[in-house]
Amino acid sequence: MTYLTGEKLTGGYGGADIIKDCTIAVNQGEIAVVVGPNGAGKSTAMKALLGMLNLREGRVLLDGQDISKLSPQQRVAKGMAFVPQNNNVFVTMTVEENLEMGAFLRRDDITETMEQVYELFPILKTKRRQVAGELSGGQRQQVAVGRALMTSPTVLMLDEPTAGVSPIVMDELFDRIIEIKRTGIAILMVEQNARQALNIADQGFVLVTGENRFTDTGEVLLANEEVRKSFLGG
Amino acid sequence: MLEYSTELLNALVLITNYVLIPAISYGSQLALGAVGVTLVFGILRFANFAHGEMMAFGCMATIFITWWFQSLGISGGVFPTALLALPFAILVTALLAVAIDRSIFSFYRIHKSRPVTFVVASVGVMFMLNGLVRILIGTDEIIFRDGHKFLIKAGAFKKMTGLSEGLALKQTQVLTFVLAVIAVLALFWFLQRTRTGKAMRAFSDNEDLALLSGINPERVVLVTWIIAASLATLAGVLYGLDKSFKPMVYFHLLLPIFAAAIVGGIGQPLGAIIGGYVVAFSEITATYAFKKFLKYLAPADLAPEGLTQFLTAEYKFAVSFLILVLVLLIRPTGILRGRVL
Repeated sequence: MTYLTGEKLTGGYGGADIIKDCTIAVNQGEIAVVVGPNGAGKSTAMKALLGMLNLREGRVLLDGQDISKLSPQQRVAKGMAFVPQNNNVFVTMTVEENLEMGAFLRRDDITETMEQVYELFPILKTKRRQVAGELSGGQRQQVAVGRALMTSPTVLMLDEPTAGVSPIVMDELFDRIIEIKRTGIAILMVEQNARQALNIADQGFVLVTGENRFTDTGEVLLANEEVRKSFLGG
Repeated sequence: MLEYSTELLNALVLITNYVLIPAISYGSQLALGAVGVTLVFGILRFANFAHGEMMAFGCMATIFITWWFQSLGISGGVFPTALLALPFAILVTALLAVAIDRSIFSFYRIHKSRPVTFVVASVGVMFMLNGLVRILIGTDEIIFRDGHKFLIKAGAFKKMTGLSEGLALKQTQVLTFVLAVIAVLALFWFLQRTRTGKAMRAFSDNEDLALLSGINPERVVLVTWIIAASLATLAGVLYGLDKSFKPMVYFHLLLPIFAAAIVGGIGQPLGAIIGGYVVAFSEITATYAFKKFLKYLAPADLAPEGLTQFLTAEYKFAVSFLILVLVLLIRPTGILRGRVL
């Protein structure tokens, strides 16, 4: 039994179903990556796990518990953290305030978690009094991930964390994500940079038009001739 | 030489008396109103046309409580009794604002209505409050100021300095400025330092992310209305003390207040304060007749013939309009880069 499971998810934003019978799962201490062509429903599948979508069928299980009926906020309180693709920081607030807002639901002392985030992303510590809107794209992404980590989540979901950042920053970010995984958090990631993402993935899900096409370990998918030809550019 | 420096001093006193002091106190009143408008816009994302009437209601509540206090023999001594009534009036107005939100605006929030729907609903609230105030207190002008009127009297100033121009400083003008500064500092401290204040800023910055962070939107909205009502009451009372209470005046004040909020950058509290003073100074300088001022400065034969007044006082609202149009044409985000309406 995986830690977070979206089982046979079917639904959309009101009109036609965007994802059909789609299953995505991730274990603690592992990275699961969802890849696929544009419009495959990758982000939609992730939003379904967070409850931002009306599901017609299927259910979401967190640690064996059915959370399909919970609101996104309630799921966040249960330990799920989400980093949206766009507008994922409070641009008018300082880095430190962004982290504080991430920990809004917590009533205990957050200084230790904040130190851990600063350890993971040292640049944020030097920029902690700076307004997040003035940071570079890569640094903003770090703030966004740091904000999500402030709840001490058990699941971290990232929607295209490397969109719009340079290859060097992307490698750096992936390294940090591996570090986060080692702390025992389950990481679910939607990625455009499929090859690099599958490289660090324990589990890979290839979606096409809202349905599972291939599901295997990252290694096997990278070796699969058909996956390479169709989705990884040869 | 000595004669010219006396002329210069006279000119300075004249401009202080007729432009500087009135503009600072009027600007403070506008700033308090504009901060309320901008806060509501930042959090609830609509332009609240009922804000002027909220000021009228707050002032009316203060007047009723002041009268009651006076009938009980309670007075503020050298200060206006209205200051004692103010906290209670704030409480009443805040309750009203929350009740209006619960009964009217929350309906549109649940239905996720577009901002223009909220604006039109707020126009409805404006007319309703306007009617309510006139039914309760009537339409007459009411002067509810008591205590000491002047800190410096024009005649005494002339005698003291020997200048031919007098300088008058009313207690209400000083009170306005001091209370406005205190209120604004308290607001900024709240927004920058407290958990709820930061949550409000986060909500204004990025609503979706605030929800994802577990910030309770209803609580943020509730606190916003309480603050907006408090600022509106304070602004309304200070204006009423400084001039007088007339229900329709607050309706007219809506224009300069919106101009101030937009000039400063809508959604930016600091911008609203700057905007308040920009509008007040523009309005008062544009309607002030500079003839006497220039006569002091210029040699006798160069003194202007006319009043050198840009606009007569009846047209003072045109200044707000002009500023509004210019800002929307040239820099729609306002001085501090707020949102575009």
